[in-house]
Amino acid sequence: MSEALPIVEMRDISIEFPGVKALDGVDFRLFQGEVHALMGENGAGKSTLIKALTGVYKIDAGSIVIAGQARQFHGTGDAQSAGISTVYQEVNLVTNLSIGENVMLGHEVRSAFGVNWRATHKAATEALARLGLEELDTHQQLSTLSIAMQQLVAISRAMAIQAKVLILDEPTSSLDAAEVEGLFRVIRSLRDQGVAILFVSHFLDQIYAISDRVTILRNGRYEGEYPIRELDRHALISKMIGKDLSALSSLGGNRRVDQRDYAAEAPLLAAKGLGRRGSIEPTDLDIHHGEVVGFAGLLGSGRTELARLLYGADRADEGEVTLHGKRVDLKNPADGLGRRIAFSTENRRDEGIIADLTVRENMILALQAERGWSRPIPRKEQDELVEKYITALNVRPADPNRLIRNLSGGNQQKVLLGRWLATKPELLILDEPTRGIDVGAKAEIQEAVAELAEDGVSVVFISSELEEVVRLSERIVVLKDHQKIGEIVNGPGVTAQEVVDVIAAHGVEAAAQSGIIDAEEGLHANSAANTNGHPLDLTEEHS
Amino acid sequence: MSTVARSSWLRDLVHKPFFWGLIAILALLFLNVLKDPNYLAVTVNPVNGNLVGNLVDILRASAPILMVAVGMSLVIATGGIDLSVGSVMAVSGAVAMVFMKNAGQSDSIGVALGAIGLALLVSAILGVVNGVLVAYVGLQPFISTLIMMLAGRGIAKVITEGQNTSASNEPFRWIANGFLLGLPVVFLFAILIVAIVGFVVRRSALGLMIEAIGINPKASRMAGIRPSGLLLTVYILSAVLAGVAGIMSVGTVMTVDVSRTGYQIELDAILAVVIGGTSLSGGKFSIGGAVVGALLIATLDKTVVFLGISSSATPAFKAIVIVVLCLLQSERVRSWFVQRRKPPQVQLDQKPVPSKQEVAA
Repeated sequence: MSEALPIVEMRDISIEFPGVKALDGVDFRLFQGEVHALMGENGAGKSTLIKALTGVYKIDAGSIVIAGQARQFHGTGDAQSAGISTVYQEVNLVTNLSIGENVMLGHEVRSAFGVNWRATHKAATEALARLGLEELDTHQQLSTLSIAMQQLVAISRAMAIQAKVLILDEPTSSLDAAEVEGLFRVIRSLRDQGVAILFVSHFLDQIYAISDRVTILRNGRYEGEYPIRELDRHALISKMIGKDLSALSSLGGNRRVDQRDYAAEAPLLAAKGLGRRGSIEPTDLDIHHGEVVGFAGLLGSGRTELARLLYGADRADEGEVTLHGKRVDLKNPADGLGRRIAFSTENRRDEGIIADLTVRENMILALQAERGWSRPIPRKEQDELVEKYITALNVRPADPNRLIRNLSGGNQQKVLLGRWLATKPELLILDEPTRGIDVGAKAEIQEAVAELAEDGVSVVFISSELEEVVRLSERIVVLKDHQKIGEIVNGPGVTAQEVVDVIAAHGVEAAAQSGIIDAEEGLHANSAANTNGHPLDLTEEHS
Repeated sequence: MSTVARSSWLRDLVHKPFFWGLIAILALLFLNVLKDPNYLAVTVNPVNGNLVGNLVDILRASAPILMVAVGMSLVIATGGIDLSVGSVMAVSGAVAMVFMKNAGQSDSIGVALGAIGLALLVSAILGVVNGVLVAYVGLQPFISTLIMMLAGRGIAKVITEGQNTSASNEPFRWIANGFLLGLPVVFLFAILIVAIVGFVVRRSALGLMIEAIGINPKASRMAGIRPSGLLLTVYILSAVLAGVAGIMSVGTVMTVDVSRTGYQIELDAILAVVIGGTSLSGGKFSIGGAVVGALLIATLDKTVVFLGISSSATPAFKAIVIVVLCLLQSERVRSWFVQRRKPPQVQLDQKPVPSKQEVAA
């Protein structure tokens, strides 16, 4: 990295919110033609720093120098005119406008008679061409594109204003391996064009694959800036969480030791031919007391759909569920909850948190719903319950009266976990409980799952990270293309690779059966599963 | 009260969403005082010991709006709306009047109670229809209650056979026109009912669940809340409260005019709720705010009459007052005045606005 003048230099930045110092004397530098990763746990201040740089928040102390000029941002418009552009995690585009309109929205080419659409679409095509997307028809409606392509359109929209600095906040969280590779090609080509790129992601492999340097934050403070080559993963994670990783590493493999004779005991829950048209083929499944059952499969394999049927979030249209040997009809979530089943959704924002309610209200909600509105939980009991789970799950900040919307993602997830634990479930279904959250919170949630199983709670654990599923589960149910394709009893020899092999082999078999003898599908599934499973696996590397 | 305690109490008040509603009420009263310095005078009627004065009239007039606004605030909190309240008032009034007329010109309490019971029962049934359409059929609240708004007046006309119907019954009249301890009975009733509703909603978990549904219906369902039953309850409650308002409203003149009783009160109620700081998009609600809003609407109505504003200009005058109020409530507009950019989170350390000591007094 040449020691030229940085294009962005933030010095001694402090931002305070009521009661919290979100950033405390943070320095940050960004050079032209580099990809710079910003790392830290949830709540470390990454988002706050980005928002300071994009003019969303006003800084309380410190200075921002852009291309040698001191700047005071009074809004996102100021930052944009200084050449700073952002693409957020959730794509902020208008899906029912055309691709070209989205790229040029607010920057349409104007003539004497209003917008010159022909020139606008031409400019959009040029902007897209810069990312190698010239084959896109700019008149097509945006909603016809995949999420990954929409992400690229969002980037070309960000670049349409001649941005010198491009901020990508978790751009890869909903992309598959091939799509990530496509995105990285675009990022590299922009970097080579001299754009300074700030990249935020929770996937360590991606950080190592794409970035040149990294800045680490912890608890709102600056931990340091390093060339990525000089910092190995162990050191990076230690700096992020500020403690050793032994707690995390010791967790691995414990669960798979105790072998059980499943045939001998009556299951807690048994599903027979349980299915729902269009989402999951009829499935047989047993879940035993105190057992962690992993659902492994790619996104869209039917793992979430199956879990939703077990809770009653969706209604099955065939098959039956027996619980404690008795047949139950799960019509809605309240039915599931009433039978001591809890389901933590993968869609935290839309189906999990009630954003405008406090941590306390969010935590007691399910328990209260189960009791009914006429039997309120006494305030004292609420306080004890909330206090208990805030401490047990290490929710930060530990303030029960804060609105949950003001917590970081990982801490929201912990509050939701507390919500379900408060109902004392016999079966806890966790759908992607660790997605998009940092290493520390992830380890805490994994530990909590292991402890629950020790206490006799049955857990269904769903995750895209196969290593995580293998580490925690006693049995692994493998799903593919909306059906259960196999079940693996976990043991010392079982690895994520074996799960991947099951998924891959099934593809080949299916292809062979249907007469198309071609192993390509299997190979493809293999590589996709690999990448889905790899982020942040610590045990495999350090134990 | 120590000065510290007082200033923090005042600070809380200033931050209530309905603070500007209170200010508006004071401003309107002040406007009236400008016209007649004795406007605020409350005297005791030497004959029967009742309080007499414009303020007492305002309290009395606010009772029906109070009822409707409290019900409306719960419906709006669930993310819905109830346009049928005015029509339910007409139906309730019609049922009560026809019942008493058919019972003969008696002054018995039994007849009055029968009329009230039947009127509230019919109102509740209309609420059930609203609630079923919204919660079980899944129609949009706007459409469901719009249907009931149109159908309700028709039902009232059928009940009264299209005639303005009068009856006489002293106990029934007393509810709307009587005095107790010097205060209008109708206002005491209204406050009592509001207090009961507020107590039940906040002391049980009903309020929490209504807010949860209003903020995020999907997540609430996933948390095990059964929204249908709650929605049904809320629409029934709104209709029953509208029924009470109908009884209060027809009791004043002991006549039901099916085309005028409760006419456009849904708009007044929605305004009262909004002035009270409940967002039309649902979620957090404030019953105290709805009370302030209802009092403001009543004050506004009386002021329009008192100032002699021509009836054709009345809607425009109301509109101006409400627009100004909404502007004052808007964070954005206020920040223009404060001339200071705020961080996007709740401010805890805002200074109390000076020169509002008279509010505390």
